[in-house]
Amino acid sequence: MQEVMKKALELLQNGTVSRILGWKTGDFFYDLTPAVFESAEEVEKDFVFSPFCGANLSKYLIKESRKEGKIAVFLKPCDSYSFVQLLKEHRIIRDNVYVVGVACDGMCDIEKMKELGVKGVTAVREDGENLVCETLYGEKTVARKDALLERCVSCKSKKVVMFDEMLGENGEENPESHRFDKVAELEAMTPDERFAFWQNELSRCIRCNACRNVCPACSCEKCVFDNANSGIANKAAVTSFEEQNFHIIRAFHVASRCTDCGECSRVCPQHIPLHLLNRKFIKDINELYGEYQAGADMDTKPPLMNFTKDDCEPSIVHERGGDK
Amino acid sequence: MQRIGVFVCWCGSNIAATVDVHKVAETLAKEPGVVFSTNYQYMCSQAGQEMIQEAIHTHKLTGVVICSCSPRMHEGTFRKTCAAAGLNPYMVEIANIREQCSWIHKDMAEATEKAVILGRAAIAKVHLNAPLTAGTSPVTKRALVIGGGIAGIQTALDIADAGYEVDIVEKKPTIGGKMTQIDKTFPTLDCAACILTPKMVDAAQNEKIHIYSYSEVESVKGFVGNFHVTIRKKARFVDETKCTGCGDCTTKCPQKNVPNEFNLGMDNRRAIYIPFAQAVPKIATIDADYCTMLKTGKCGICSKVCAAGAIDYQQKDQLVEEEYGAIVVATGFDPISVEKFDEYAYSQSPDVVTSLEFERLMNAAGPTNGTLLRPSDKTHPHTLVFVQCVGSRCDGDGRGKSYCSKICCMYTAKHAMLCREKYPDTDVYVFYIDVRTPGKNFDEFYRRAVEEYGVHYIKGQVGKVVPENGKLKVQASDLLSNEQIHIDADMVILAAAIEPDKSARPLATMLTASMDTNDFFTEAHPKLRPVESPTAGIFLSGACQGPKDIPETVAQASAAAAKVLGLLAKDNLTCNPCVAQPDEMMCNGCSSCEKVCPYGAITYSDKEFRGPNRTTLIRRVASVNPAVCQGCGACTVACPSGAMDLKGFSNKQIMAEVDAICK
Repeated sequence: MQEVMKKALELLQNGTVSRILGWKTGDFFYDLTPAVFESAEEVEKDFVFSPFCGANLSKYLIKESRKEGKIAVFLKPCDSYSFVQLLKEHRIIRDNVYVVGVACDGMCDIEKMKELGVKGVTAVREDGENLVCETLYGEKTVARKDALLERCVSCKSKKVVMFDEMLGENGEENPESHRFDKVAELEAMTPDERFAFWQNELSRCIRCNACRNVCPACSCEKCVFDNANSGIANKAAVTSFEEQNFHIIRAFHVASRCTDCGECSRVCPQHIPLHLLNRKFIKDINELYGEYQAGADMDTKPPLMNFTKDDCEPSIVHERGGDK
Repeated sequence: MQRIGVFVCWCGSNIAATVDVHKVAETLAKEPGVVFSTNYQYMCSQAGQEMIQEAIHTHKLTGVVICSCSPRMHEGTFRKTCAAAGLNPYMVEIANIREQCSWIHKDMAEATEKAVILGRAAIAKVHLNAPLTAGTSPVTKRALVIGGGIAGIQTALDIADAGYEVDIVEKKPTIGGKMTQIDKTFPTLDCAACILTPKMVDAAQNEKIHIYSYSEVESVKGFVGNFHVTIRKKARFVDETKCTGCGDCTTKCPQKNVPNEFNLGMDNRRAIYIPFAQAVPKIATIDADYCTMLKTGKCGICSKVCAAGAIDYQQKDQLVEEEYGAIVVATGFDPISVEKFDEYAYSQSPDVVTSLEFERLMNAAGPTNGTLLRPSDKTHPHTLVFVQCVGSRCDGDGRGKSYCSKICCMYTAKHAMLCREKYPDTDVYVFYIDVRTPGKNFDEFYRRAVEEYGVHYIKGQVGKVVPENGKLKVQASDLLSNEQIHIDADMVILAAAIEPDKSARPLATMLTASMDTNDFFTEAHPKLRPVESPTAGIFLSGACQGPKDIPETVAQASAAAAKVLGLLAKDNLTCNPCVAQPDEMMCNGCSSCEKVCPYGAITYSDKEFRGPNRTTLIRRVASVNPAVCQGCGACTVACPSGAMDLKGFSNKQIMAEVDAICK
């Protein structure tokens, strides 16, 4: 962990970059927030890299890479996919960014730790497979695997797909992630059961827009939901279950560009498993158009924005959507 | 607020018999913005059009909704009508209450309700219509003909005759197509080569015609008037500019065992070859699959004997880029493979042949120099059995085609007649389902075969052919006398069905031209626009559109040329003003639209924008070239932020239509 901060200091001091995009402590120790550091002093004072660095920094580069001077960014494997996807969409100016890949053993979910009785965390250190936490109530130890964010439990890849420099050893893709298991479970339900499931989940939505604001694929100059001309923003609520529209439209908008970084679910204050909507799309795309991972490389075209002669016929898509 | 006039057409009884047109007009009169609503027997008639124009003046209409037939039929008509009355033509909307309503409904109440809804949707759209002005795009005055058979040659000659440049792309080493393999032509029995080869020479010598032989179309971009085509000139390993066609190489080449496709594999040619004596261009081609030099690097005899020094073993495929205003498809046909019809023993005996093979066996330039000999033992056959409809009119079992191949009745009569004429000692039987001979002098021709030449026509199908002791035992049934027939034949000739050439399907995809389930190209209108594809600027010539004999093919070829000339004679084409337009303030610069645009109409550039606090922002934004955009709308769907919209079909207009329907 010290290594990451050392690298940040080094890059600033040797003039490689003029700014660093990293993480600093928010209101609480475990509540880390993305931040830009412009001097070695700022880095020494506030820079943090800990098992709570879940936040994906890629999206911030849309604005930061357009500013004066070069910026260094620390990208975990899953963040690097978002980075490449944004590069493909010409949203980031690559020449202004110095990417430091960081190996990742999975980031922690404070909510899960609280459930395990680890509350009031003030510091954490890694001890093999365990995390030793200092808390307001004394030192507590949890197994790292029990404290992981959902997206890290079913981690799709430990490979940083694009970097200028790598800290630690780069990992491999993990085809055995089982990340679609829950989607398959939902697919096995009757339409009524599935509707009830989503009604239950989405009815908690308070439309705070956190999922949209954090999503690297949601980077439009003007979001359709903020655009009175789009005809979406001002639709009257048909039922109390109105927010279904928001999430389903959002899932459609990011389909085939979503890298499955899982930020939407991580930031949701209501703990709605939003990533399942995106994963359903990814699973369908894989099955209908062949395996595709958004952001895995610079060359492949997103299947929903591409036409090849062996694309499946619309009737096949239609049949799959029957009364299952 | 628009002032909208609604005009409900009866279309005689086409609409009025199923839709209560009075009620539709009355109901729509109550819609917001509608200041005038009426109905009339034929809106497209002179009187109907005048009624619309009068209403535009009297009621100061700013928008017009016409509830009538499909916009494909009369949108153009009504736009002109309204333009003449001073209204912008793009302020007209058509509600299709014929094809999409009266023709498909039986119940009047139901159909009337639907007609009202369709009218309401069109009214909702007109409220958001804006006047549009069409630009123009120039026409490249050069045509491309794909396929160099008789259809392609005729089309090219006619276009060239009118003074326009035309290129023929032919995948084989020579133009001429199937007709070069045919011996005599019905119903006049003149020699195919005698009438075809002068045309081939005409095409080669015409300074307006350029022939790309041994070439294929690699890709097609652009649109009517402005096609950009890449042509692959396949390596023939002979320098076309040097080869004199002397043929020395083709006699010296040591590789003698290459099946000769010109004679359908019934004899052999060399690895370097000129397909036949009258080939155009008369240039040798090396068959890379058989050439020892190309395969092992040891030989080089052709290069030694070539006085012109034309042999070039290093030659590579060449890609040529050309611009065209119009493209004519003349890809022709092929007989189907008869392997699946094993009851006729085609794969068991060489004496069972297809009609095209028989054509070569009768031809002076064929493998037997025009003497009819059995392929198995080169003896003179005495009993010949012709089987018609092999794979034609063949439903259900998936082996053949459901359609009639049209030409087989006539060429079988021709074969039977020629056989009896040249060899009066032969017995000739023809088994048929029906004999179909519509066409000038066609039935007379068939009657002559029966009455003057004594060909035995038997209604019935052959059940089985069994090769036995050098004979072919034919079992068949005579349906008229209800008898089983057994014939010991020397040869059996199968009239194989014809199908579109295999190259047609990928070509159709390149041209975005539609095809039917049999891979024949679809015409824009089966009766009224038979030589145009529904895709603008693509025309159809010959058997690629359906089975045809030579006179019909030539007629259609000339018709296609006439349509091409109508296009090339124009200096400019009026563009469709319904093109895409990005909202730069909302554009993310993500290039999604650029990637999906099939016409290359979208480009990106960095532009300066006003940022907060008097700062300047540089953003990457899309722009659309309206002369290139065809208004397909792919970009509007791909755009993640909804920045791209289509003029005349804006997202807002479409949503308004949907809302009106769901109201």
